[in-house]
Amino acid sequence: MVESFVVNCYKPPMDNKQAIAASLDWSQAPAQSQDGLAAGLKIDEYERIVTALGRVPNQTELGIFSVMWSEHCSYKSSRKHLSKLPTTGPNVICGPGENAGVIDIGDGDAVVFKIESHNHPSFIEPFQGAATGVGGIMRDVFTMGARPVANLNALRFGDPSHPKTKHLVAGVVAGIGGYGNCMGVPTVGGETEFDPAYNGNILVNAMTVGLARADRIFYSAAGGVGNQVVYVGAKTGRDGIHGATMASAEFSEDSESKRPTVQVGDPFKEKLLLEACLELMATDAIVAIQDMGAAGLTSSSVEMASKGGCGIRLNLDLVPLREDGMTAYEIMLSESQERMLMILKPESEALAAAIFAKWELDFAVIGEITDSGNLELIRHGTRVCALPLSPLVDAAPLYDRPFVIAEPAAEFDDSTIAPTHPDSLLRDLKTLLARPNFASRRWIWQQYDHLVGGQTVIPPGGDAAVIRLTRDHVDMKKGLALSVDCNPHYCFSEPRRGGAYAVLEVWRNITAVGGRLQALTNNLNFGNPEKPEIMGQLVGCLEGMAEACRALSVPIVSGNVSLYNETNGEAILPTPVVGGVGLVDDVSKAVTIGFKSAGDLILLLPATRTDLFLNQKTSSLGTSAYRREVMGLANQGRPPAINYSLELATAAWLGQMMKEQRISACHDVGSGGLLVALAEMAMKGNLGAAVTLPAAIAPLVAGFGEGLWSYLLTASPTDAEAIMAAANTQGITIFTLGKVTAAAELKVENHGTISLSELRAGYDSFLPNLMQN
Amino acid sequence: MKIAIIVFPGTNRENDIRAALVTAGVAASNLQLIWHRETAIPAATDLIVLPGGFSYGDYLRCGAMAAHSPIMREVKSAAARGVAVLGICNGFQILCESGLLPGVLLSNQGLKFVCREVELEVATNQSIYSRKMVKGHRLRAPVAHHDGNYFAAPEVLAELQDRDQIVFKYAADDNPNGSALNIAGIIDSSRRVLGLMPHLENATDPLAGGIAGRAMFDSILNG
Repeated sequence: MVESFVVNCYKPPMDNKQAIAASLDWSQAPAQSQDGLAAGLKIDEYERIVTALGRVPNQTELGIFSVMWSEHCSYKSSRKHLSKLPTTGPNVICGPGENAGVIDIGDGDAVVFKIESHNHPSFIEPFQGAATGVGGIMRDVFTMGARPVANLNALRFGDPSHPKTKHLVAGVVAGIGGYGNCMGVPTVGGETEFDPAYNGNILVNAMTVGLARADRIFYSAAGGVGNQVVYVGAKTGRDGIHGATMASAEFSEDSESKRPTVQVGDPFKEKLLLEACLELMATDAIVAIQDMGAAGLTSSSVEMASKGGCGIRLNLDLVPLREDGMTAYEIMLSESQERMLMILKPESEALAAAIFAKWELDFAVIGEITDSGNLELIRHGTRVCALPLSPLVDAAPLYDRPFVIAEPAAEFDDSTIAPTHPDSLLRDLKTLLARPNFASRRWIWQQYDHLVGGQTVIPPGGDAAVIRLTRDHVDMKKGLALSVDCNPHYCFSEPRRGGAYAVLEVWRNITAVGGRLQALTNNLNFGNPEKPEIMGQLVGCLEGMAEACRALSVPIVSGNVSLYNETNGEAILPTPVVGGVGLVDDVSKAVTIGFKSAGDLILLLPATRTDLFLNQKTSSLGTSAYRREVMGLANQGRPPAINYSLELATAAWLGQMMKEQRISACHDVGSGGLLVALAEMAMKGNLGAAVTLPAAIAPLVAGFGEGLWSYLLTASPTDAEAIMAAANTQGITIFTLGKVTAAAELKVENHGTISLSELRAGYDSFLPNLMQN
Repeated sequence: MKIAIIVFPGTNRENDIRAALVTAGVAASNLQLIWHRETAIPAATDLIVLPGGFSYGDYLRCGAMAAHSPIMREVKSAAARGVAVLGICNGFQILCESGLLPGVLLSNQGLKFVCREVELEVATNQSIYSRKMVKGHRLRAPVAHHDGNYFAAPEVLAELQDRDQIVFKYAADDNPNGSALNIAGIIDSSRRVLGLMPHLENATDPLAGGIAGRAMFDSILNG
């Protein structure tokens, strides 16, 4: 970073190649390779810049290169492998590459959505870091013309007993709530996990889902030589300078000294920006629009101009500034929040200015579109930057980093795990439900306004959230089922299966409420990709994800990569979070997890051919939560295998049964296994259950094994008959597990009884207790 | 019935109240959104609603900025003429800050935003907002606020009680914010201006939030 002005005026030698340089501002020393290092570039990257330009850059230009070529903006380590993901499909309006992905959901409606990380800032300053993460992703969505209708988040914290964890949880949750609540966008879902692997590097991934008209999507490609470049929103300050670069580096103990690189959010300003943008978008004034997120004015102007195949000239003296004396470098690299860049059609200025005046936001014409193919910047009347756009965007290094994917381990032998006690099944269930990773998340989601808008059909605390959609203030029949998921332990044990399983979890969560998964977004959180084993995790997870997406015919339409999640060389668990959007045709038929009536039958669906686990061809306890959380042992063996054809058949059949309204409750069986799912259904419905575990399988495997079962359902005895018959014709096996009972207890044949109040004691109290003490 | 819904910058539950009123039978043509810069309330308005949200960001005391916006002069004079005024959540805060209701809403006792269903009790049905309800009846409706902790001087609280101005209370074991006397909603001495924290407008739809709040809208519209 430029700390002080150099008084001497350098006069670099001139030759033909450097003619352009003659007109540039050289009041500071030309940027050398050590300046590149300071800005986060490698030596060879600096040399690449000099080669591409045919001259040395000045300090402002180097700053621009350093952010554009940061991992965060250029995806230089992941791009090669990201191309393996399926990103197209008949419903895809816009895949990766724009501010967010866009899918068609019929009736002329489109859903715009994306997930994005704000990990590093949230660790340094949890409230503002998380808040601006939420603000940033909402801007990405409304930039494209959509009104945000729901927020979700995926959080990872360190060990609950780590001295920092409590402070981080409190700050992140308050920050997410503080921003989303003020914006009036309900936060309807998410996931939170604790593990020591995140002690020095928490993860805060925020997802926003918006609704637009399919023929009113706004893009970022600039066009029309002479068209005005307009800056709207908040003023530019010195906050967040080099945020994108910070987000692309490892942490060390002094990371808190990077606090000034964290931006400060103003959700009120963003609420005004949202309303003003949507009001302007209802007119015909906008050619292109792009939010100023990571790398601020730099990446927005460069991306808009390069996508449009044109050039752009900005007079930085016209940029609304919050403080005096800001240099071109600072203006271009500021990550001040709540700002947008727009290209307006000719003669639209007055109309647009009036709308922004109504919303009391800054509006400034700061430049114009040119045909030069260059980014030209003027500050104090002097040309401070004249960079050809193509090297900034296209010449960014693309790394094919070496990677090592470990050979899959041998299948774990489930029979080697003995129960902790002969009668321990229900006691272990109680233990598991009180563990940090299973206890109720109510303490978190009660701090999020999950109801604003009045469209929340299934609030947090179930499988997927469901929101109803409206058009012109009229409720539609249809809605969206939304979920985010990832099991980092599976990803660590075997990246390929773990990546696939993250997709499958979302698929099941959405299926379980009566939705049909339409498309995904992903947030790839990994350690330092320069280490082959970390790069191997990334590649393996991506390949697994791609495999599952292809098998289930679901595209990934947007995403974010967050690498270098390491502190003092310790990497996080590989955490490729997947967010999904499902369509619910009729929200009145959406299904929730809670038991509904005593006497309903409880039905269990297998996730694989039962003979495989009967014959111990596949294992279920090696990477299970039971092994980690109850036994306190490390993962061993492989995560569960996936039977895609059975998943597809089960989902199609389940969707039909829900359409016929034959299913009274449904819950996917995920981490923790069958008994956890059963207990959650009972606690939610405040009704008990009397069940018998499938006889042929060891009780521990049946009760806590993972990967054996896909869903638990309830249905009235009459409906259950029809369900069984329909399943039979589809070749789907169903176990009748038992019955919902009025007594508030779980009774497992041969394993005793436990009251729901006993289960709730630890389940409900873990987070409130942690956060109080 | 003609209804004006005031929209401040930062208001975010205007569509929720709109939907609840339409569900209750108000024709959409009789609902008008009024921007805070406007300087007149439409003639023949029967009810003014101040919806929930974060007016002006609520960076100062909640509702303090909105209380000084141009439209509030008109709201006050309309209230003086006997026009009914309903403030929900941020609207309640604005009514207190503008002096239309006594007391103030402090930060929740837990110092956290709280969004959850609470158990409410109808403390009086002697109001145009609760006349179709049964005194003592319990209903469940959501709250969603950071500053709902009603506070007033002891003599003000005594007066509210003596004059039957407490319309809704939280069940004693379900007070989400620590408000005095478990107050969830109060009415002014003219019995036309109601402020309440719970979002009864988010409890009028069987598919999203349930219908426990319908009785309030029924009271307003079908007296």
